[in-house]
Amino acid sequence: MPVFYGTDIQSRLMLGTAQYPSPAILADAFRRSKAGIATVSVRRESGGEKAGQAFWDLIKELDVALLPNTAGCHSVREAVTTAHMARELFDTRWIKLEVIGHADTLQPDVFGLVEAAKILTEDGFQVFPYCTEDLVLCDKLLEAGCEVLMPWGAPIGTGLGLNNIYGLRSLRAHFPDVPLVVDAGLGVPSQAAQAIEMGYDAVLLNTAVAKAGEPAAMAEAFALAVEAGALAYQADPMEPRDMAAPSTPVIGKAFLE
Amino acid sequence: MTQTVTILGSGVVGLTVAAELHGRGYAVTVIDPNGAPGPHGCSWWAGGMLAADCEGEVAEPVVVRLGREAAEWWQSAGAEITYNGSVVVALGRDRQELDRFARRTENHKLLSRSDLAEVEPFLAERFDRALLMTQEAHLNPRPTLLALRSRLAAEGVSFVQSGEEHGQAIDCRGLAAQDSLPELRGVKGEMVIIRTNDVQLDRPVRLLHPRFPLYIVPRGDGVFMLGATQIESGERTRATVRSVVELLNAAYALHPAFGEAELLEIGVDARPAFPDNLPRITGKDGTIYVNGLFRHGYLLAPAMARMVGELVIDGKTPEIWHEA
Repeated sequence: MPVFYGTDIQSRLMLGTAQYPSPAILADAFRRSKAGIATVSVRRESGGEKAGQAFWDLIKELDVALLPNTAGCHSVREAVTTAHMARELFDTRWIKLEVIGHADTLQPDVFGLVEAAKILTEDGFQVFPYCTEDLVLCDKLLEAGCEVLMPWGAPIGTGLGLNNIYGLRSLRAHFPDVPLVVDAGLGVPSQAAQAIEMGYDAVLLNTAVAKAGEPAAMAEAFALAVEAGALAYQADPMEPRDMAAPSTPVIGKAFLE
Repeated sequence: MTQTVTILGSGVVGLTVAAELHGRGYAVTVIDPNGAPGPHGCSWWAGGMLAADCEGEVAEPVVVRLGREAAEWWQSAGAEITYNGSVVVALGRDRQELDRFARRTENHKLLSRSDLAEVEPFLAERFDRALLMTQEAHLNPRPTLLALRSRLAAEGVSFVQSGEEHGQAIDCRGLAAQDSLPELRGVKGEMVIIRTNDVQLDRPVRLLHPRFPLYIVPRGDGVFMLGATQIESGERTRATVRSVVELLNAAYALHPAFGEAELLEIGVDARPAFPDNLPRITGKDGTIYVNGLFRHGYLLAPAMARMVGELVIDGKTPEIWHEA
């Protein structure tokens, strides 16, 4: 099971808390997902007088670790300010750092991300950066003090799955000891299983569950998928090969070529 | 002897409950410190869509079922109802949103561009297919509320800004009832009213979008209401630039002619909701609370009023009864 900044988490599934039909359905989805971490957006709900408190109180009742995020922040300054607000509101040093670089694709601004990660780490935050699968970027994030990396599978909310398998594999191979989480872009459980089969420590998703016709059922489906993926990874999967290899012996039959 | 009730709050819930009980022969007093319906209450900022089927995309089946009572009730209460259905569209790259919406809702007809040209010609310039929700209707919330209140006052319902409660107390104060209903929370909504004669729509239009969903309700004389954001915040003021820009952008994407529209109003308030976003009739310390109508005020108030009437007069326990 994943360990983030020294904290053991009892699940490979991390769930977002936005876009559910109701807080009650959200709570139901969390119960069935057995997720260990809930991400929560601070920025939009940050009115005066802690206007989002009623919703946050419902989130706190979920009995999971809370990972506030800087979703929707488009600049370093905005992300840093939001992180500080989150630390105060949720009493945690954890921050999922998002610095959005492109309004349409919601692609991370990788330059701003490194800068913000450095500022926040120096300020005592434990940063979970939402990044691309670029190896050099990930190296810079580790240099900046991040001890977790959260590369995207595909752009946020697209449900396209793991767009760059090669890139994600090579991250795993280059950083064998860094907790890696596929964050964003997952649409169906098989894609989550695929990430965990590759040795990823966890997956983080939101839309795939929240926007499903039955969020709670989909949450459970993802829970089963990450369990299957982890079991498969531990079982040391076979390597794919081009040559067909029958699983029953072919004694007594002639070689064809 | 005439039975008496006192209703707290004169938003859409208070007034429909008042109309129902008054209609069934009760002596009704409505207490509202703010006086007549106005910008202080979230009923003022509503869209007024009686769109039970559309709401079925996200809301529970009970909302759809109870919502189907709305149009008839409003009409018999004297409101002006437009029975034109509503139209649902999605932009080119979000086409699959329309399929998903169709899968999850009922009573719709898929329109081709030429069908759409007959229903909403302005939309046919932009969209090659749409859903027509055939059973839906809409009303204009502000005149509807004011007219209902005037009629009730003329017929002897007493409207006061303060006073003693007589008979059964029915609390319809919306978010203000948080002092008695601790589970109640606010869900912030922002809306915009614009005017243009360059676009004509005869029915509400929903634009499906994964990030910026929008509905536009025509109010006549070139006036359109654009709604509405849905933010987990109890804040009742402070429409943000970002929210307003998103609403206006979505309208502009729906039809570029909205770009030249005049901005008339920017509105903001918070809807009262329980954790399941479903309405409740709650009995607590002898008072009946009618609350949690969330984004379904005009859609659900008639069914709520009917159930309150059945509870108070016939002793029938409502299906959404909560004992506190």
